[in-house]
Amino acid sequence: MSTPAVTTPSRWRALTHHHLFWPVAVLIALLLVNVPFTPDFFAIRMTDGHLYGSLVSIVLFGSPLILVAVGMTLVIATGGIDLSVGAVVAITGALTCSYISDQADQNALAGVFLAMGIGLVAAVLCGLWNGFLVARMGIQPIIATLIIMVAGRGVAQLITDGQIITINSEPYKLIGGGYWLTLPFSIFVVAAVVAVTIALTRRTALGLLVESVGGNAEASRLVGIRSMRIKIMVYMFCALCAGIAGLMISSNTSAADGNNAGLWIELDAILAVVIGGTSLLGGRFSIGGTVIGALVIQTLTTTIYTIGVPTQTNLVFKAAVVIVVCLLQSPKFRAKVFGARGRAAAPVTPAAPADAAPKMEVSR
Amino acid sequence: MSATTKTRTAPEGGPSTPSPASASAAARLLGDRRLPVLVTAGLFLAMYIGGLSRYQNYGFGEPQVFLNLFIDNSYLLVAAVGATFVIMSGGIDLSVGSLIGFTTMFTAWLVERQGLPLLLVIPLALGVGAFGGFLMGYVIHNFEIQPFIVTLAGLFLFRGLCLVISKESISISDSTVSSMAQTRVSLGLGELSIGAIVALVVLGAAFYVLHYTRFGRRVYAIGGNEQSALLMGLPLGGTKIAVYTVSGFCSALAGLLFMLYIQSGDPLHAVGMELDAIAAVVIGGTLLTGGSGYVLGTLFGVLVLGLIKSIIQFEGTLSSWWTKIATGVLLCAFILIQRAMTARKQT
Repeated sequence: MSTPAVTTPSRWRALTHHHLFWPVAVLIALLLVNVPFTPDFFAIRMTDGHLYGSLVSIVLFGSPLILVAVGMTLVIATGGIDLSVGAVVAITGALTCSYISDQADQNALAGVFLAMGIGLVAAVLCGLWNGFLVARMGIQPIIATLIIMVAGRGVAQLITDGQIITINSEPYKLIGGGYWLTLPFSIFVVAAVVAVTIALTRRTALGLLVESVGGNAEASRLVGIRSMRIKIMVYMFCALCAGIAGLMISSNTSAADGNNAGLWIELDAILAVVIGGTSLLGGRFSIGGTVIGALVIQTLTTTIYTIGVPTQTNLVFKAAVVIVVCLLQSPKFRAKVFGARGRAAAPVTPAAPADAAPKMEVSR
Repeated sequence: MSATTKTRTAPEGGPSTPSPASASAAARLLGDRRLPVLVTAGLFLAMYIGGLSRYQNYGFGEPQVFLNLFIDNSYLLVAAVGATFVIMSGGIDLSVGSLIGFTTMFTAWLVERQGLPLLLVIPLALGVGAFGGFLMGYVIHNFEIQPFIVTLAGLFLFRGLCLVISKESISISDSTVSSMAQTRVSLGLGELSIGAIVALVVLGAAFYVLHYTRFGRRVYAIGGNEQSALLMGLPLGGTKIAVYTVSGFCSALAGLLFMLYIQSGDPLHAVGMELDAIAAVVIGGTLLTGGSGYVLGTLFGVLVLGLIKSIIQFEGTLSSWWTKIATGVLLCAFILIQRAMTARKQT
């Protein structure tokens, strides 16, 4: 009620209506929350030729999530969803680590590359299977990918024999835990994947095709878009991203844990996509938004650690953020709350219950 | 138009009577809505007979082994019944496992740490679960946010609340709980635990509600086609919210049964059980698009999952991850059957 809505210039209006406004605002707010608790939060210092700092570590720890979320964005843009990414992360890590651990010389480059290749091929095959079920068989994406989500973890445990395989390979360690040009190497991997994805979707017609398939698959097929092929491709891409994230996670810990690697990453990734402003109904997407969404989630985790809130409340915080972000993005909610506010002279009585309900929701 | 042919074939199509026109028999069979349930029941029988022939000397044939399926999966059955309501209405509930975990934690904390009597805690826990489901349903309906996301928030919230209550597991030594957990009701051939009986009662109630009450018909109608249900003047919002409330209530009840079964509260109890529940519902033949399915199918789904677990136990050499793989394979097979059925419907 206090904001002078009448006098705000139209530029401010344009800014708040930009699709990245809310995600960026949430990210900045979360980052600023840290400052009173850790004054040197934004400081980045150089130690041993490596850059250290809270911002660097947010990107470092968030990089697998960013990768998975970028792949997930394209899947969601076609109107689908991929629940199997966590299992794909586990399978890739398990296959790669078990191959490397069988090598006589774990530091041999050829062996490491072959191992990574095997892992990624397995990931892409998982994606192909998902795409086949969704596009060719016409099964609901949630269910089609549920199969690998359930069975995949079993397969990963089968590969590792239920053990946690630890490896000791210097070249493999680079992907997830190494440094290059003073920055964590994984940041470069993420940057490359994001750049390639943006280039492919925004510099070519591919992004348009993906959006049109998500908007209306049948109509796109009738205009001559091979929507089936686009869908299969998108699932394969998503699985590939998950595979790279799996390499990163297993490399960071130098171990493959079939049970816990990438656990719940699919939920975080979907969350990141939604926070980034991509509609779950498909038809439009924003890679930039997704990256910001993933950073929001990672920042939230880091913030909870730094401001000294007991770590066990992490999930409650996350739930609150999900609810707030989703409510803000819901057109109906905005119409009920902000719409009533905009019509300042409008009767106050109908606005009151609408206002009360979300508050109850947020504070529960 | 396909719906009318379905309703005509469903009541008359007796399973044993061979139809005169044998050409249409296969088509009739594929069109029968009960096919997935029959397939699941057949699969269960086949698995049971297979287990019988293989482990006969290890006591697989004893009636108690069969009854143990109910005892060991009572909580899953209750949770899956709740999930059946939600899936039948075309939604999905991911918060089941977290809510189960939360209920075990909540009751353990109240009984052990606060010293409240169990009889007071049980309605409290059920109320909290139902209220949680109600809130999720309220948000889903009133703000038109996808059920997937809202219940995902519920998943995080309840798991987080578990950890807020306590990071460590709380074992329950309350005498009422242990005596209730130990009580066995004799059935002549074998015995059932209280949890199994509660689960069967819930199943019966759900069967009655879904097939013989107005609310049940509304759930089917909304799952079949939300738009037409709305145009028919059905109370869309109320039904949707009620469905999620039922699911929340069932999850809380499942949590209580789980607590009884395992006699402790742990923040990591029942992680991922929503997947088991959804898998049981799908294997039981409920269409994930909503509008078609039977609660009895869910029973068979749960029994099949339970039987996989006991066969793996009897086998001895197989490791626990085979359960996951087998569940995934079954899930896949039943989804493809469903697909074949719906593809026929459209033609």
